[in-house]
Amino acid sequence: MTEQVIRKVLGEHAKLSVDSTALDPAADLYELGLTSHASVNVMLALEDAFDVEFPDELLRKSTFASVGAIRSALTELGVA
Amino acid sequence: MNDGSGPRVATTRVGCDIVTVRDIASSIDRFGDRYLQRVFTPHELEICTGPGRAQRLAARFAAKEAVMKVLRPREHAVPWRAIEIRRADWGGCTVVLAGNAAALARDEQVTDIQVSISHEPEYAIATVVATRVDEAETGEHP
Repeated sequence: MTEQVIRKVLGEHAKLSVDSTALDPAADLYELGLTSHASVNVMLALEDAFDVEFPDELLRKSTFASVGAIRSALTELGVA
Repeated sequence: MNDGSGPRVATTRVGCDIVTVRDIASSIDRFGDRYLQRVFTPHELEICTGPGRAQRLAARFAAKEAVMKVLRPREHAVPWRAIEIRRADWGGCTVVLAGNAAALARDEQVTDIQVSISHEPEYAIATVVATRVDEAETGEHP
């Protein structure tokens, strides 16, 4: 469920060159077109979707580098 | 052993970025103040007002990203607000680092960060140059 929501957020905000529903969890989102500005939108949309707030410590490029990395960050923030 | 007293050599780092103004305007529409306050400092928000607001904020975002490229944060977390693009008296802009960004610049020995920004209705760009001062390799040059 969490991964589905991540993919939905990516589909709406990441501007990837591929379909986010078919992404390998380890695929590099930056190589697939994620820009630094789009990653801000992804972060804010994830905060809305999961009712969390990304702290400054997580604002590094690698946090949003893949579906798996985003999943790990959300787990760190208490998302089941 | 490097005791910091040997000859030093200065190298230049450069970073650039381009942003679509429409993307900034869309983010403001979609996320409002939450977007603005996560990305921009109070000074930047105070300076960027009026009909050209989205263009000017886009140029500042491009400048922040260009600074990131100069700092090369790798696994360091650097919040966008730790990099401030300040309006200078002469009409251009300067870079002021705080928090993690300032610490990273110290660690990377990056100094004298200079920025130039420009914007049109569709796109905003920024270029940043900085100096890195490091120990010279002296092994083959006694």
